[in-house]
Amino acid sequence: MTKKKLLGGLVVGTTGFFAFIIIATVVIVMTNIVAGGWSSLTKDFLLGSPEEGMTKGGIFPAIVGTFLLVLIMSIAGVPIGTITAIYLSEYASQKSILARMIRFAVNTLAGVPAIVFGLFGLGFFIQFVGTSVDGVLYNDGELHWGQPNILWASLTMALLTLPVVIVSVEEAIKTVPRELREASLALGATKWQTIRKVVIPNSITGILTGAILAVSRGAGEVAPILFTGAAYFLPHLPTGLSDQFMELGYHIYIMATQSPDVEATRGIQYATTLVLLILTFTLNFSAIFLRYKLRKRIIT
Amino acid sequence: MYPHSYTTLQPTDVRIKTEQLNIYYGKKQAIKDVSLDMLANRVTALIGPSGCGKSTYLRSLNRMNDLIENSRTEGKVLLDGVNIYDREVDVVELRKKVGMIFQKSNPFPKSIFENVAYGPRINGINDKKKLDEIVERSLKQAALWEEVKDDLAKSGLSISGGQQQRLCIARALAVDPGILLMDEPASALDPIATAKIEELIYELKNTYTIVIVTHNMQQAARVSDYTGFFYMGELIEFDETKKIFTMPAKKQTEDYITGRFG
Repeated sequence: MTKKKLLGGLVVGTTGFFAFIIIATVVIVMTNIVAGGWSSLTKDFLLGSPEEGMTKGGIFPAIVGTFLLVLIMSIAGVPIGTITAIYLSEYASQKSILARMIRFAVNTLAGVPAIVFGLFGLGFFIQFVGTSVDGVLYNDGELHWGQPNILWASLTMALLTLPVVIVSVEEAIKTVPRELREASLALGATKWQTIRKVVIPNSITGILTGAILAVSRGAGEVAPILFTGAAYFLPHLPTGLSDQFMELGYHIYIMATQSPDVEATRGIQYATTLVLLILTFTLNFSAIFLRYKLRKRIIT
Repeated sequence: MYPHSYTTLQPTDVRIKTEQLNIYYGKKQAIKDVSLDMLANRVTALIGPSGCGKSTYLRSLNRMNDLIENSRTEGKVLLDGVNIYDREVDVVELRKKVGMIFQKSNPFPKSIFENVAYGPRINGINDKKKLDEIVERSLKQAALWEEVKDDLAKSGLSISGGQQQRLCIARALAVDPGILLMDEPASALDPIATAKIEELIYELKNTYTIVIVTHNMQQAARVSDYTGFFYMGELIEFDETKKIFTMPAKKQTEDYITGRFG
């Protein structure tokens, strides 16, 4: 009896200890970042440009760049992902070879390391698509689209986040009760009318959740934009799709490794990290909130 | 848009006829060789124990079984003489003529008005006045108008279960189908709500051909003119309801209606 009790206590203690490690890690990381960055997080920092070899000044161009990156990425990726998910869940026969191929491709995409996406973007978008466009449209021997820019970076990022969108939209579509589809079809609605008027409106929060999760994943990645569009430093904001841009994650990397005086950037490194974290956490929490609202609506 | 021609049909006209109908789910045969005539402006009840195939049979009449992957239908379902399983038949058009009420009331998470207006809208009617008219007429036909006329903007899910089922009936009536298939429409309702639905069926048969699947034998006896008894995918007996419930020809039928099994 006591032996059993001892063993039970040991299990509780061990599992509890490991759970505690997880929580402690989060707490330590967050306290560290907040403590290190809070004092540098001023209005001038948020709205100013980097100065003096990035040891001073703000991160406004990086915030704008990150925002534009995820915006263009969403515009490109969310519709494609949503349409694919609709095809997979509504039209494709679950056993069809095409549907299986798409699923296999989605799973494979999800497992490809981010840096490989970056190299793919460089090889495909910049060297192949961009260079071809330059050859056809301009033909003046100069680089217009055949170089890193915000469009290619966003498209690369869209590819990376596509699996997230597809999987979460498909999950959302699955939650639409069969009874509602049948009600619509039994009234003489076509499949497309049913999708448009019943399936999508009833899974719109799920679709948005997918979009937000994709955006937050995209906002935190650096590798895909390394070669495809992120700039070390830019004196101006991007004005068109063929401009390069600054990005928060990349900016942190640059300050931590490439600055002439890394020690001097310590404070603003912390602050930049804090801004990036706040951004991704906000996105994740809004996704959780949307999902919670979605669940509640299904129950009632 | 809405042909009312079928209201001139005589009760003796056969509206729906199935000939040697066989339905399979994969390898399992759910309906075996069922031939049956259903008359216009009459209520035909299908009874039988759970899993006897009565719902499957009902769902074959507007081709809802098509939605089930690996289901297969053989034989004929003739609607006004046309086999609805013919290749030329447009399923969407068919379902506009054959409305369906489900066991579990399934209003859309939209307003009461939009629930009823759904069918007309997908048929391209967007004129507000016309929609108002159809919604009012349908809700009146479904005996729901008096209860909800001041709350048309409220959610279809906010009303009681019995009202929701009548809303679903109104929604089906709004496209003027002519035929109504009802799959145990009152099985989830309390006795008062059930009585209302039954009254409604009685009213509707003046203009509608109704086929109703029910677990409840008293209900079949009360509302229907003809009754078919299904057992293990086969139609055991079909006759006037009066006859089925007073002197059934087959022993199996008698055993079932007297409650000896099922």
